[in-house]
Amino acid sequence: MSLQGVDPIRALEQRAKAVRKHVLTMISHAQVGHPGGSLSCVDLLVALYIAVLLIDPLQPSWSERDQLILSKGHAATALYATLAERGFIPLEWLATFGQINSPLQVHPDRNKVPGVDASTGALGQGLSIGLGVSLAASLDRRDSRVFVLLGDGELQEGQIWEAAMACSHYRVDNLVAIVDSNQVQLMGPVSAVMGIQPLPAKFESFGWNVLEIDGHQFPQILTATDAAKSCRSKPTVIIARTVKGKGCSFMENKSEWHGRAPTGDELCQALLELDRD
Amino acid sequence: MTAIRDTFGTALVELGGKNDQVVVLDADLGSSTRAVLFAKAFPQRFFQMGIAEQNMMGVAAGLALSGKIPFVTSFATFVTKRACDQVAISIAYPNLNVKIIGAYTGLFSGHTGATHQAIEDISIMRGIPNIVVIDPADAEEMRQAVPAIADYQGPVYLRETRDQWPDIFGTNYRFAIGKATTVVEGQDASIIACGVLTSESVQAAALLAKQGIKAQVINMSTIKPIDRQAVVTAARQTGTIITAENHSIFGGLGSAVAEVLVEERPCWMSRVGIPDVFGESGSNQELIEKYGLDARHIAEVVMRTIKKGR
Repeated sequence: MSLQGVDPIRALEQRAKAVRKHVLTMISHAQVGHPGGSLSCVDLLVALYIAVLLIDPLQPSWSERDQLILSKGHAATALYATLAERGFIPLEWLATFGQINSPLQVHPDRNKVPGVDASTGALGQGLSIGLGVSLAASLDRRDSRVFVLLGDGELQEGQIWEAAMACSHYRVDNLVAIVDSNQVQLMGPVSAVMGIQPLPAKFESFGWNVLEIDGHQFPQILTATDAAKSCRSKPTVIIARTVKGKGCSFMENKSEWHGRAPTGDELCQALLELDRD
Repeated sequence: MTAIRDTFGTALVELGGKNDQVVVLDADLGSSTRAVLFAKAFPQRFFQMGIAEQNMMGVAAGLALSGKIPFVTSFATFVTKRACDQVAISIAYPNLNVKIIGAYTGLFSGHTGATHQAIEDISIMRGIPNIVVIDPADAEEMRQAVPAIADYQGPVYLRETRDQWPDIFGTNYRFAIGKATTVVEGQDASIIACGVLTSESVQAAALLAKQGIKAQVINMSTIKPIDRQAVVTAARQTGTIITAENHSIFGGLGSAVAEVLVEERPCWMSRVGIPDVFGESGSNQELIEKYGLDARHIAEVVMRTIKKGR
């Protein structure tokens, strides 16, 4: 954070507010996208890209960089808006989201967007990719870290647990999984669609170091990502309790906003709310 | 004659010695695929992923993202069907430099039967954008294909036959991705084959020669991208084409050749392959005869097809 004299946490909050506005505007203009699960992980992504990841927007493919794999690829708008705020892509790109010939696909394509580390969108695949990145870093004796952002509904995919087993088997400590635990998926509450609890105990039994935080509190996010560094010889998962649709009163905790785009009027209301805060 | 999987294993070790970016992943079948040879030679670059093929594909994608050249090894049926979406989305969509090795191809799975036979793997992989599909004819072609696919930048599916089959090529042969080779000359018909059915086709050509029919045999080891020029030239020169593959007649080499012919130079054509049925346990010889992949059946189909055109 370069803004001298500004409280760093306050600066992150301001940045997150800007990202939330981008997310809602992109989805409303495109009339496609996933507002609920994008808004729930904005604070996590902003914390990572602004304050945690060792990255260089001028060298998006820098081999020593930290990486983030957005396994829940449907939250692409949150990733794009964060990358734009961080300087990886021009802000003007955001208006093209989901349009034909745009680099900003509804699910992220790493070959089209600087700063996107993996192409994702088919749920359940990101943790495995993260493990591959982690193993390669160890082979090459690089200190870089890899973060994998997972949805909680996504944890219903069997591949996640294959990967969870393998991360623990290979004792990777340069990998951190973060679960955006907003507790709502397309068809309703995660607990009703297919329960995944007790999540901390599941990960612990798979050999993981488990941290639980409020995923909208920047001090907690930063403390957890830092604490993960000191855990050796096992992977860390940060279970971040979040609110689906966070920051938009009429979307919060509502499954119908998983994949619905706000109308122009709804967008106005949402932007006004964000400005009021 | 050498078991093709043994040649694969030794070629992989040789490649590993020359290129330290090569890594190998296994889903608990390394002793069968011969990936175990690499594991012994380069334990640091061998990743045992357990019986979890979907995760294995994703891990390979992550390794490739970091500049490694992963060879993902398991049975053909598992790397193409069990982990199909991971191959498509984690590997092929971002066009990553992953080499997918499918062992125990077609009906020849060491008696294990339908659950372990891969009769639609070419069809599946051919349908996924960016993936090159190769089915080497013999041990020499396999020996050359292993370094060739490592040199190629992008995802490749390489079929690995389990057992011994007659040698087609000598060491003076030069394998190139996407290039067909004429292994028997002839002007009455063209047999376009891949994998170990190339050697059956060579035997079929010998049977036909005894009856005065001169069939040429073309080894089409790269099924995708297919050598279109070779197909068109064969059609122009002989007017009759028969494909032969250790794979379902749907979606594999026969379909790929038919697509070219229909668009470029229609002619009489027949497909030899596994009909629309699952396989079963049995020896290679028993299976090849029961399912009509043997030289004698190929020769019969050639004669029938020539007659159709008259």
